[in-house]
Amino acid sequence: MDLDFTAGEDTFRAQARDWLDARVPSVPLPSLETAEGFAAHREWEGTLFADRWSVVSWPEEFGGRGSSLLEWLIFEEEYYRAGAPGRVSQNGIHLLAPTLFEHGTDEQRARVLPSMASGEVIWAQAWSEPEAGSDLASLRSTAVRTEGGWRISGQKTWSSRAAFADRAFGLFRGDPDADRPHQGLTYLMFPLDADGVTVQPIGRLDGKPAFAELFLDDVFVPDEDVIGEPGQGWRVAMSTSDNERGLTLRSPGRFTAAADRLTALWHSSTDPDSTAALTSGSGYGSFSHDPALRDRVADAVIGARAYQLFAYAHASRIAAGGSIGAESSLNKVFWSELDIALHETALDLLGPWGELSDESTEAPADGSWAEGYTFSLAGPIYAGTNEIQRDIIAERLLGLPKGRR
Amino acid sequence: MRFLLDDEQREFARTLDDMLGSAGTPGVVRSWAAGDHGPGRALWARLAEAGVFALAVAQEHEGLGPLPVELAVAFAELGRHAVPGPLAETAAASALLGRLGGDAAHAWLPQFASGKAMASLCVLSPGGGPYALDADAADAVFVVDGDTVRLAASHGPVQSSADPTRRLARPLGGAVLGQGPEVTAAATYATDVAALVTAAQALGLGRSLLERTVRYVRQRTQFGVTVGSFQAVKHRLADTLIALEFAQPLVHAAALALAADDPAAGREVAAAKVSACEAAYGAARTALQLHGAVGYTEELDLSLWIRKARPLRNAWGTPAACRARVLADGPVG
Repeated sequence: MDLDFTAGEDTFRAQARDWLDARVPSVPLPSLETAEGFAAHREWEGTLFADRWSVVSWPEEFGGRGSSLLEWLIFEEEYYRAGAPGRVSQNGIHLLAPTLFEHGTDEQRARVLPSMASGEVIWAQAWSEPEAGSDLASLRSTAVRTEGGWRISGQKTWSSRAAFADRAFGLFRGDPDADRPHQGLTYLMFPLDADGVTVQPIGRLDGKPAFAELFLDDVFVPDEDVIGEPGQGWRVAMSTSDNERGLTLRSPGRFTAAADRLTALWHSSTDPDSTAALTSGSGYGSFSHDPALRDRVADAVIGARAYQLFAYAHASRIAAGGSIGAESSLNKVFWSELDIALHETALDLLGPWGELSDESTEAPADGSWAEGYTFSLAGPIYAGTNEIQRDIIAERLLGLPKGRR
Repeated sequence: MRFLLDDEQREFARTLDDMLGSAGTPGVVRSWAAGDHGPGRALWARLAEAGVFALAVAQEHEGLGPLPVELAVAFAELGRHAVPGPLAETAAASALLGRLGGDAAHAWLPQFASGKAMASLCVLSPGGGPYALDADAADAVFVVDGDTVRLAASHGPVQSSADPTRRLARPLGGAVLGQGPEVTAAATYATDVAALVTAAQALGLGRSLLERTVRYVRQRTQFGVTVGSFQAVKHRLADTLIALEFAQPLVHAAALALAADDPAAGREVAAAKVSACEAAYGAARTALQLHGAVGYTEELDLSLWIRKARPLRNAWGTPAACRARVLADGPVG
């Protein structure tokens, strides 16, 4: 048992660090949940791709580096340590791409993946519907067979990034005669600017159009955009759900970097000299001598370290030929709660500055704590609510009987 | 990197688990709590035979160690089976004497390694209490007071603990074995070893509490269904598992840091200690709640596990002290 990196991994880390230090914008990009910010983040994806840093774990032929899971974790640590922008393409690269690698055709991979990796095409997900949230399999949107493809109709919602994205992927009921609910679903990709598609942005808690409703009226989807066998969509989609809940959605690097910044904030808020620098003379030191706050800072640091180590163990298991299934539900609950606790602690350390929104010109740290807090609040809801994850943990890991939800 | 226990370490854990599983530990625990150390000493000898105590002693003193990872593996099993006695104290006293060397090390370490002698340890500062665990059973009680270490001559009356197997007494008098900065440094290391193995013990204790409770809620029926089918019950158990699963890698990382004499070892140990002990205490609260009234009885063996959780949480580093230490020198990791 060890926690040692190889010389190759150390070199990989150094290369990533050097590149990021040289390239990460010194001024944070505008929020990616705005039109302006979305465009800036798309451009950043292109910058990453140009030097093969956008999808390091993919094979080289699609713009990646063929990196191991451990190398990907290292990259993520460096990425967030450097304060690099959020990943506007993450729905595509962490949800759709793994599905294409497992169930797609060579033609689909060649056609879809390079433009996804470069940020030229940004993907949104189309899972939930107004009447199908946690109970996803009850979805009603339809796919009707037609010459050379399918015609899809219905309403999708909570589609992250769809307000500004180019294409979407999701599940549709293709066989009305199949036994419901998990049978007869088909996994499809479609353009958001196609005839019959209406995108209606939804303001998240702070009003930014972070997600959207999709109204689909007889939209044509060619056969080449069906992933896996028609009618097998549930199985195809579930093969990526562990990715979404697991490591790849929110890597430990995000949290170790945030915990480092939180620790720095705590130290600076107990130090009158640096406090003055942080707040242009006003100081928020008086709010941070509370030992209860100190304990919460420590818990965030410990939680981030625990998640990092858990991921190293996870990567070691994969490298040793093992696999990860329902364990990803442990991750999902852990990181989503850690994320909220960490940001709440930061806002409490900021005292009266903690309520300033990320758009306030006087918000500390360019509003990153405020933005991060708003973002974190959605964590226990998306990718399968934490209540659903706890059911999965209880039933699949502890062997408790299924019961009423 | 291979951050997984190797086959040998897993096999060691399995062997201890099997041995302790058939050793009737609840009976041993009840005897120990009543002041009858006979069955506990017999079990101690079997643990020594399996090599447990030798892991904390260097080869030059007839040990196998120091091997912190293997110690953590062993102590998780001791915790899983609620083994009584000054376990962490013997490991920590071995670490202390190992660092100090000299006559006391030559005299005692081979006996600790072979299981012939049990040790207790009381570190009066910083933040330590005045008691030595199981001083009445121990063959040697060491007391660290600042930069001085003594071998106690006797002990005061035995005080009972929330965990009835923890018999606490004040060590009294005795000859000074050593004095100076090397004592302080050795005591810091010994305290880290004590905290690490206590964290490992807590992890095993928590796993056992969770397993017992899952077993119970799968067979207990109310309203015509097993109570384990209720979401409120499931979610509480899921949270218990999450806490234990994320504490475990912290314990292993702390063991590796101690093995490597990493300057960050103190922080890693503190993170592991507070996480594992909070997880175990959470498991105890869950076990008590989900067993209902029968869980609140002394007669049920579950009580022997439940009552260990709170004292272990505070022994060798309170949660507050651990959290402070995590932040003392900057971030972990």
